Amino acid sequence: MKDELLNRALNGDELAISKVLTNIEYATEKGLNYLSELAKLSGKAHTVGITGIPGAGKSTLISSLIESYTASGHRVGVIMIDPSSPISMGSFMGNRIRMQDKSLLKNVFIRSIASRGHLGGFSSEAIMLTEALDGLGYDRIIVETVGAGQTDTDVMSVTHSVVVLVIPGTGDEIQALKAGIMEIGDIYTINKADKPEADAVYDAVKFVIDSGEMLFRDEWKPRILKVSALKKTGINELVNTLEEHAEFLRQRGLFDQRVKNRRTKMVELLLRRRLYDVTSKVIENNSETINELVKEGYINELLTKLYHEVKEKL
Amino acid sequence: MEKRIKVVVAKLGLDGHDRGAKVIARALKDAGMEVVYTGLRQTPEQIVRTAIQEDADVIGISILSGAHLELMPKIVEAMRRAGLDDVGLVLGGVIPPEDIPKLKAMGVDEVFLPGTSLKEIAQKVSKLASTKRGIKVEG
Repeated sequence: MKDELLNRALNGDELAISKVLTNIEYATEKGLNYLSELAKLSGKAHTVGITGIPGAGKSTLISSLIESYTASGHRVGVIMIDPSSPISMGSFMGNRIRMQDKSLLKNVFIRSIASRGHLGGFSSEAIMLTEALDGLGYDRIIVETVGAGQTDTDVMSVTHSVVVLVIPGTGDEIQALKAGIMEIGDIYTINKADKPEADAVYDAVKFVIDSGEMLFRDEWKPRILKVSALKKTGINELVNTLEEHAEFLRQRGLFDQRVKNRRTKMVELLLRRRLYDVTSKVIENNSETINELVKEGYINELLTKLYHEVKEKL
Repeated sequence: MEKRIKVVVAKLGLDGHDRGAKVIARALKDAGMEVVYTGLRQTPEQIVRTAIQEDADVIGISILSGAHLELMPKIVEAMRRAGLDDVGLVLGGVIPPEDIPKLKAMGVDEVFLPGTSLKEIAQKVSKLASTKRGIKVEG
């Protein structure tokens, strides 16, 4: 496919990149063509997911990572997801505030996206944009999740390295032992490590890791680091550990495997999205029939009828 | 899925009062728009770069310092240089009414004075996104 906009994007024109990404984000026909072209070029970037509860310091940490990556000559793509309102479907996305001093750095492309009702903190949009930025030549891609907390685990299946941010004062060992976010990190960073309770939370996370070998992903024992995103301490160690993790994955052939997982997830989510749209339409068209049939006690028959309508429309 | 309106809301210049900008950003969110809030003390170059990367449909600027006649031409010029001719530009703040024609002449699409209802602001921003960017707007 020869397309002027895509060519401009591939040559680094930011406005063109942005328009290409919007088309991809909305999965327009054009967007999916761009995505197909870019997917042929992608698979090289080291993708890093950053997760943790709201206020953990994700955006501030990313700001430090951007600085470190660009200083070593990398092109950095950043995707930040913020929640959409379930009521208005609008979104207030404020993550850029924490990185305004990076907003004029060359070789950095930052895009905010709204979660648009996807559970798990990750959306098909985020995965498609990751694939696209990779194809456009950004070799370090950072994805910041919604920060929904315990259920925010989809990020694991789509990035190479998962950094979980933990902060002092959010609970004891028992919180750290619960299922969910505390099971997915390749690197746990204790942020705000200058606070007095930091040692306690460090010990709690260490206990969970030391006793959690059954969950280690691909025999990588998760690391724990203390950082202060605000005071910029521990950032070099984090970057080095991320590089070490990427190398660990490469040596075992897992780097490419994660890219494959990401693509499978992307196609799965796109397919689900198509099903979702058709299902919504069928439900809307049948709202009266649905109520009548439920009232008369024909739920099984109703489901069969709707199923066939969905199938016809696909 | 239908395109949602994306707005970049920013404080241009050095005054440190961001309550108004936050209230507007929140109101646009409640009207169903996706709002990127960039906070205080932005330069025209920063705001334009953000608008490029976010593919914003409208840029909303808040100025309470009185420097709007000095600052707005700079952002209009930065937008023109970046090729953002189809992006809407609105301004809110403490603006003397006699400055409004000057601001509109230099390329500001809408000016909102204190007391403008949130509903009116949301409607005008939607309309602007629709005329400038062809986004379908309900109602």
